[in-house]
Amino acid sequence: MGMFILRRTGVMLLTALCLTFIVFILTTLYPNLEKLAKNQGNFRMSDAEVASYLGNRGYTQGKLQNYGEWLGILPGYVIEGVDGKTRGRCSNHGEVEPDAPKFCGVLQGNWGFSSVFKEPVSDVVKTRLTLTGKLMFWVMIVMIPGALIIGVFAGMREGSRLDRSLSTGAIVTTATPEYVSGVIFIAIFTSSAVGLKWFKGSATSAMDNATLENFLLPVLTIALYGMGYIARMTRASMTEVMTAQYIRTARLKGVSFANIVLKHALRNALIAPFTVIMLQIPWLLNGVVIVETLFNFKGFGWVLVQAASNNDIDLLLAVAVVGVIVVLLTQLISDIGYVFLNPRIRIS
Amino acid sequence: MQHLSWTGTLGAYLNPLFLTALVCFLALAVAAIARGFSPHADGPHLINPTPPSVSLMGSSLVIGLALWLLSLSGVILLAPLALGNIWLSLILCLILGAAAGFALFQISEEMIFKLVWLAFYVTLLLFGLYLVIGLFVKPETMGIVGAISQRLIPTWIALAVTFALSILFKRKLGLYGKLFDSPIGMIGLGLVLFWIFTAIFGAGFDWIATHDPLAQVSGMKNKHPGIPLRGATEADYPYYLLGGDTLARDVFSRAIFGSGIVIVIAPAATIFAFMVGITLGLPAGYFGGRLDTVLSFLSNLVLAFPVILLFFLLVTPEIVQTGLPNYLAVILFVFPVVFIAVAQYSKNRLKPGFLTLQFPILLIIGIWLYLSLVSETGKPVDVLPPMLDLFDVPAEILLVFVSVVFVNSPTAFRIVRGLTLDVKTRDYVAAAQTRGEGPWYIMLWEILPNVRGPLIVDFCLRIGYATILLGTLGFFGLGLESESPDWGTTINAGRKLLSVYLAPPLVPAFSLMSLVLGLNLLADGLREESLRD
Repeated sequence: MGMFILRRTGVMLLTALCLTFIVFILTTLYPNLEKLAKNQGNFRMSDAEVASYLGNRGYTQGKLQNYGEWLGILPGYVIEGVDGKTRGRCSNHGEVEPDAPKFCGVLQGNWGFSSVFKEPVSDVVKTRLTLTGKLMFWVMIVMIPGALIIGVFAGMREGSRLDRSLSTGAIVTTATPEYVSGVIFIAIFTSSAVGLKWFKGSATSAMDNATLENFLLPVLTIALYGMGYIARMTRASMTEVMTAQYIRTARLKGVSFANIVLKHALRNALIAPFTVIMLQIPWLLNGVVIVETLFNFKGFGWVLVQAASNNDIDLLLAVAVVGVIVVLLTQLISDIGYVFLNPRIRIS
Repeated sequence: MQHLSWTGTLGAYLNPLFLTALVCFLALAVAAIARGFSPHADGPHLINPTPPSVSLMGSSLVIGLALWLLSLSGVILLAPLALGNIWLSLILCLILGAAAGFALFQISEEMIFKLVWLAFYVTLLLFGLYLVIGLFVKPETMGIVGAISQRLIPTWIALAVTFALSILFKRKLGLYGKLFDSPIGMIGLGLVLFWIFTAIFGAGFDWIATHDPLAQVSGMKNKHPGIPLRGATEADYPYYLLGGDTLARDVFSRAIFGSGIVIVIAPAATIFAFMVGITLGLPAGYFGGRLDTVLSFLSNLVLAFPVILLFFLLVTPEIVQTGLPNYLAVILFVFPVVFIAVAQYSKNRLKPGFLTLQFPILLIIGIWLYLSLVSETGKPVDVLPPMLDLFDVPAEILLVFVSVVFVNSPTAFRIVRGLTLDVKTRDYVAAAQTRGEGPWYIMLWEILPNVRGPLIVDFCLRIGYATILLGTLGFFGLGLESESPDWGTTINAGRKLLSVYLAPPLVPAFSLMSLVLGLNLLADGLREESLRD
């Protein structure tokens, strides 16, 4: 088990390195750097000026060198520019300060500076992740019990009418992406055209003060899309358990149906959904980006869109790192959890 | 000219009937589901069931609350129940619900389900009546619903012919024919075929749309459904059936043309993704070892990317400028050619004449098509002279296409690899190995045909997912031009004024949803029917 976790962690690190390198390359392709130079300097720079601007700030040293500096395994550049000033990466790309450290990358805890938000990337990510964390927490609170209940009810009598109606309902929710269900919810519950106006179409105020009125719709929108899939997996697992021999034995012993479901079947039926829920979390990230854009909730997903559309290199890299960590960590947890929950695997 | 209403002058007679049927159906369905929770449904082998009074009370409560909510939301026939005071009306509804629940428990369960189906069919029949009457009368008589039905005549005819022929010959049609034994599969197929035919006749032949999807007509900005066209001449269709959007374009026509984009790109992108997945997944699963490790690592790498971040990185104008999507296209589009070439080679290489005549011709055609697809004049990848270049795919379509293929390929790879791992220990594979067949023959002609069932099912699901991805791209304004009529872009454009004008974003939203739903139901039906034998 220890070896397994160690190996998985190794693969995880390798994946994270590869992915950030890819993102690094894509965000620092020359047209992107040109745009950055013009945004930071001025928009009427000539090509030669752009080149010297980038050269002065160490962007033209070669990708591997730059990536190493970002990571913090190579010393930050100190370059005497053509304009006579000496700039250093560890002095915020400005003139070299005497007490600046030699290395200043992610490993040293320096995530860089966001060009969109004009504050350190680590602060941006921290505040926005907290907000998204709040959203995700409520999504989980709604989605997991809902999905499990639907799945268990559908799976306890396979092929019954209850099963059929619940399964069809689950298919409908998986067929409704967030941008469709969100738009439908906004239209029905917030618009003046329908006139119900039960909720608010914007969740901006929910960032400080989340209420049912401004937070239910975004939460529901994300939860609904994930719910169908988890419910179907729970159902599949439940139907499998319900045909097992020991359930038949319990029935023949005269255990009531409610007790069979609750005491005998449920524990085994919930192993598979656990892994599914874990693996579903990265997919929720997609929904988070869509919903935060749709409802104007300025969390992590909204930051992703801002960073990507303005090519904010440092911020994008940090966003990618967070995204990758979420994906890989949930995979790891689901694997480990599966082994722990399932005695048959643990023994063999 | 008069504003067209939803159901026209005939609606005054049909609507009450339709609503009654609908309410009956909903109430009965709720009751039936409530009874589904009761232990009786489980059959006689239960020894100590929970007392029926619990489920009786439950279903009575549910019916009562349903009636109450329906009456509050203003369903005409239930308006008397509203009574002006919601608490009084709640009590009345609960009493009625209790009565209904009690009545429902007196009759047998089979009877209830018969009633549910009866109500359902009546509702469906009445809805069909709107559509059928709409075919033959003027738009004013049957309103917007009828007029849209009239515009869709080519789709209806094609659907009717397909279904009639398929049901007639369903025993001879294999898995496809079996689909007509499962109601879920039939509904799914119906929805999918509806959009395919609408795309063909609407976007392909332009028989369905009423206006040009890009034309802006002055005075038609942000109009509600059924608005007469300002300054219409004899040649123009006199209405904007589903209203005008913020740029004064016809919402209905845009949705119809949008279907064309989705119906072409989503399945094609899925096919390409499957070609990549099959060509790499078969050897990865069959040979295993280092090849498998490397390929699995690569696929996990792509899968670990948040999809939207990947889209933003691939589709921004600066990246497009560097030609990265074109190079990606060069890599991804080679797989179908490789797949077909290897499949043909491994099967026919011993046939006389194949290697000297058929195979080279096949290869030349394949490579030519590949190069025409990849090469574009004035773009980073420009290898064919314009004379030989058969077709040019518009740059933004290619971009979207490549992104969707790229995102879907790793999943396809994983599925094929898993299935291959499962199947490669079977006896028929061992038999082929003993016979001395080459590994590629075994993979492509022994393993692949035997895993086609799950692959077809997954293929349907993947098309739905590709549709969702396309919509996501449009929703973030990536890839396609901002005036493109595809559904994602239209939803994005319409959501800004969503609180006042519902039709512009809702029409494409429901279209997208129904198509994806159709694909999912189809996949479900296929799975059910293929598991049966």
